[in-house]
Amino acid sequence: MSAGRRPTARTATTATTAGASGAIDAAVEIRDLGKTFGATHALEGLSLTVPTGQVTGFLGPNGAGKSTTIRVLLGLLRASSGSVRVLGMDPWSHAVQIHRRLAYVPGDTSLWPNLTGGEAIDVLTSSERSTTHRRRRQELIERFELDPTKRCRTYSKGNRQKISLIAALSRDVDLYVMDEPTSGLDPLMEAIFTDEVDRLRSEGRTVLLSSHILAEVEKLCDTVTIIRAGRDVESGTLAQLRHLTRSTVAATTHADPGALSRTPGVHDLVADGGRIRCDVDESAVHEVLPILTAMDARGLTITPPSLEDLFLRHYGDDLGAGAAGPAGSAETTSGEART
Amino acid sequence: MRTAADRATTMRHSHLLEVGPATALTGLGTLVRLFWRLSRRQIILWGLVMLATVPASVVALKEAYPDQQALDARAALLGNPSAVLMTGPAFARDHYTLWAAVANELFLYILLAGAIMSILMTMRHTRLEEESGRLELLRSLPMGRLAPAAAALAIVVIANLALGAGVSIGVLVTGAPAVEALALGLATVLTGLVFAGLAGVAAQLTEHAGTASGLSLGALAVAFLLRGVGDVLDAEGSWLSWLSPLAWAQQTRVLVDLRWWPLAVSGAALIVLLVLAAALSRRRDVGAGLRAAAAGPSGASRALRAPGGLARRLVTPTMLTWAIGLFLFAIAFGSLAASLEDMVDQLPTIGEFAPIDVDDLTSSFTAYILLMLALGPVGLIVAGVLRLRAEEQEGRLAGLLVAGTSRVDVVSRWVLVVALEVVALQVLLGLGTGIGVWLATGDLAWIGECLLAALVYLPAEALVGAITLALYGLRARWAGLAWLVVVWAALDTFLGDLLQLPEWSRDLSVLHHVPFVPHDDLDVVPLVVMAVLALALAAVGLIALRRRDLVAG
Repeated sequence: MSAGRRPTARTATTATTAGASGAIDAAVEIRDLGKTFGATHALEGLSLTVPTGQVTGFLGPNGAGKSTTIRVLLGLLRASSGSVRVLGMDPWSHAVQIHRRLAYVPGDTSLWPNLTGGEAIDVLTSSERSTTHRRRRQELIERFELDPTKRCRTYSKGNRQKISLIAALSRDVDLYVMDEPTSGLDPLMEAIFTDEVDRLRSEGRTVLLSSHILAEVEKLCDTVTIIRAGRDVESGTLAQLRHLTRSTVAATTHADPGALSRTPGVHDLVADGGRIRCDVDESAVHEVLPILTAMDARGLTITPPSLEDLFLRHYGDDLGAGAAGPAGSAETTSGEART
Repeated sequence: MRTAADRATTMRHSHLLEVGPATALTGLGTLVRLFWRLSRRQIILWGLVMLATVPASVVALKEAYPDQQALDARAALLGNPSAVLMTGPAFARDHYTLWAAVANELFLYILLAGAIMSILMTMRHTRLEEESGRLELLRSLPMGRLAPAAAALAIVVIANLALGAGVSIGVLVTGAPAVEALALGLATVLTGLVFAGLAGVAAQLTEHAGTASGLSLGALAVAFLLRGVGDVLDAEGSWLSWLSPLAWAQQTRVLVDLRWWPLAVSGAALIVLLVLAAALSRRRDVGAGLRAAAAGPSGASRALRAPGGLARRLVTPTMLTWAIGLFLFAIAFGSLAASLEDMVDQLPTIGEFAPIDVDDLTSSFTAYILLMLALGPVGLIVAGVLRLRAEEQEGRLAGLLVAGTSRVDVVSRWVLVVALEVVALQVLLGLGTGIGVWLATGDLAWIGECLLAALVYLPAEALVGAITLALYGLRARWAGLAWLVVVWAALDTFLGDLLQLPEWSRDLSVLHHVPFVPHDDLDVVPLVVMAVLALALAAVGLIALRRRDLVAG
């Protein structure tokens, strides 16, 4: 469904969304989602918002419940508790309507071994008949350098992943759900994928991208939700999340670092043979800089907090609840999750 | 300090001193132990199965032909082309003995079992190992280039020896002479190995174990037909028979008038095949085939994109293969109808083994053929519906759903495709039986009668499909239980009369409720009941499917 063929599609969408939930700014809205498999609690009170027109990262280690959440969003699994709206609709009862406006890239693509790649793409996009789609399909096949005439069983993992990417990206839909989409792709193909996600963003499409690779989320996403043991522990824009963590400051100096160690907001100071290194709260950086100047520090580097630090704060064992204060909800949830 | 450092240097390089001589077979022992560990269970099982089924079959033949009169009656049937196709060359027709019957009726199936085992096991340890990338891992160890292939050969030899021992002991304990028992076992081993050699060659040709297995099993089918047609031309084996490895074993005239030299042909063929496989393997890379895989279409055809197109594409090839095989069987069985009359005249006890009415032989035998053949569609409809479960477990069903089709649509289209193909197959079986009986009796009316009679089985087959769908809809894990329905129907059909099973247990077989046409009159009530039940269970399956979680994807 190209924009030309269905010019009113998105307007109609917006109307439905508004009518159903009263909020038009979230393509996906999950509140307190719970999912149990027998005695196993896969999800316990997960909340996730994917704002329309943005790329949202869904970050968590293996087994945290990312794929389960996505499969609830797709209507493949039924939520045990909580509320889920996708494009303003309940994914369990309106799966087909949602699927017409959503494309999905699974993390581990299983294809029909005796179909060719091109045939598999067509089977996975059976609802698309327009010439725009044919053109887009061809363009993506060329960009991703896929040979569509080979049988699926002969493709490597990366090539199988390309097939589901091409099938999903060739569709003209409102929401793209991707479960670890770059697994198996080489760096060149990853760059093309990044390009394609940027294009979706610039066209105002919504993307939910699950990943356990921090660099990927940092590179691609506007907002991030971090999930651990079946519940969300942190969410916000990257800038907001970075604010919660510390920058690493390193410099060369022969002065006594005593003044530095007494400054509030400076942690884990290490001084060794003229090299000093410490972690500084975001709010204390402007106080630390004059002290370093006074110490005649050279070779100064301030490394901004990476998402990795954030990640470690929630998954590391010794760094934990309350280490960086401000996120009250994060403290309690991560504390509970450890029990 | 210095000495310690010197010692460290020596240690670092000491591995250079320890490298021993390496041959193409280095590491063979380790690999044989590994492969044995992977396959020992199958090998032991194949041996035990032979040890159990061979004596049981001999005893069954003894019971079937209790005296010379019965044996002579059986010998009279040896001229029938269908009987020849399904058994073996007919030696000792003038003085048919029990052991001649064993060689004639049982030996072919022992050989087939051995050939199938050898093909599967060869593939498992050669191309499958290579395709999965495990061979690459093994070859990165200090292994000789030929060691993996030699280890695979060793395992297949062991497996065939186990099988052959089972066969030899099996006939020995039922009273066969020791030399004959040995020859029977040896012929089984050599024939198995010839097919292992063929599989070894096939494994060099393509990159995929599936294709290579298909090629080898196809070669086995050709060997089966060559032998059959060749023996039809001349009951003791014509020139055509001699093109088949199966014939080399049978032409030893084992258990009748033993001669050893045909086994030399098997041995020579084995050596040629092994040399050929080794030569071919030197001309290709690890993981590659001799010929690059052919490219396919770059996009899906209209037929594949149409609703149900994927189901047609995935289910039809299997269905078609079975359809051809079962159709030929139907003709062959049907054409036995006339010759049977002579046999039954002299073997009136046959009514105890099968639901055959001695007074109205042709129609009751035709009905029994149709009943047996109906097991094919019954099994295939279960397999076709269960294919959906595999699609779900592999995560491919989710891909179809997300493309914008509802669960009920995907599944009902799939089941409809399977059901229509099964209907076509059932019609074909009726036609085949009719042609066979027509050939035997010369009465053209049988074709129409068999076609109509075959249609009577459709409600039962639909019911089995619906049971499978209902189980699948309720729980993907329960779907496999549908095979119990098939197994019970098969047991009841083949052994129900012989074992005199109680009526309540026979009622559990869906096929038992189908009127025994064309021998009995058509009773519509059970057909309507089964059709209604089928519809209800299909509805249950589809509704339940809408309410459950998908398994994976």
